[in-house]
Amino acid sequence: MNEPKPQDGHGEHKDYAGAKMGMWLFLFTEILLFGGLFLLYSAYLHRYPAAFHEAGKTENLLLGSANTVILIASSFTVALSITALRLGRTRGCLVFLGLTVALALGFLVNKFFEWSAKFAAGLYPGSAHMKSLPAGENVFTGLYFAMTGLHGLHVLVGSVLLSVVAALVARGRVNAGDFVLLENAGLYWHLVDLIWIFLFPLFYLIA
Amino acid sequence: MEHESRSQHVLSYGFLTGIFAALMVLTATTIIVSRIELGFFNVVVALSVASAKASLVIFFFMHLKYENRTLKTMVLLAFILLAICIGFTFFDVGPRT
Repeated sequence: MNEPKPQDGHGEHKDYAGAKMGMWLFLFTEILLFGGLFLLYSAYLHRYPAAFHEAGKTENLLLGSANTVILIASSFTVALSITALRLGRTRGCLVFLGLTVALALGFLVNKFFEWSAKFAAGLYPGSAHMKSLPAGENVFTGLYFAMTGLHGLHVLVGSVLLSVVAALVARGRVNAGDFVLLENAGLYWHLVDLIWIFLFPLFYLIA
Repeated sequence: MEHESRSQHVLSYGFLTGIFAALMVLTATTIIVSRIELGFFNVVVALSVASAKASLVIFFFMHLKYENRTLKTMVLLAFILLAICIGFTFFDVGPRT
């Protein structure tokens, strides 16, 4: 185990509060990005309530619920990794980060099966089958691909980000005295979880 | 030297486990309630439970409860803006059908 280097404030200037605020500002842009899609969803739900109800029945509740549990568990392990690092337990921190990335990959594997099943049923943007669906069901499926797709991309980016931070933790560059990078990567990951917390009821439960 | 506004609060493993357990209970609740036919009320329950879960994640996992007032106000403002964006759209979309 490498000892965290003492940070005495000399040398490199670090602005902890500023770094964190910057991350939150970035998260606001993410909230508004997904917010636009949530706005579309709610407007179309209002216009086609029956079709949304019907189309929602085709979603796989079991896989959706499993992914909800997986993503919340991964948010939990990130929070644990920050606690571990701040207590000076570098190895514990790395184990928790490893678990988080493993859970993220599990989430993506489930998504792969979900999307594959839809493709096999002829449901993908622009497909003849999708065009033949009633307008409301077409819109629901389109929104499903757009929103879970953009979210899946964030899961991918988040797991790369967490892997990079884990490497920095292993090298002692991120340590008990200087951990804002881990906290900010954690904030990004929690946002990914937060968005899924709303996507899950909208696509899997409302039907 | 520690920065004055640095959040010194370290959340314990036990506390975080409690939050995780609460999130799991809420997830189970929302899935079970969704299986019962309540009409429009289903949407209300699903979104209320999702908001409760989101609050737990934001305040504890994201540590917002222990941050300074400036950051808390900023986050509140971001969500108010989103609520205005969605809410005001329904002044237009709502009465149309």
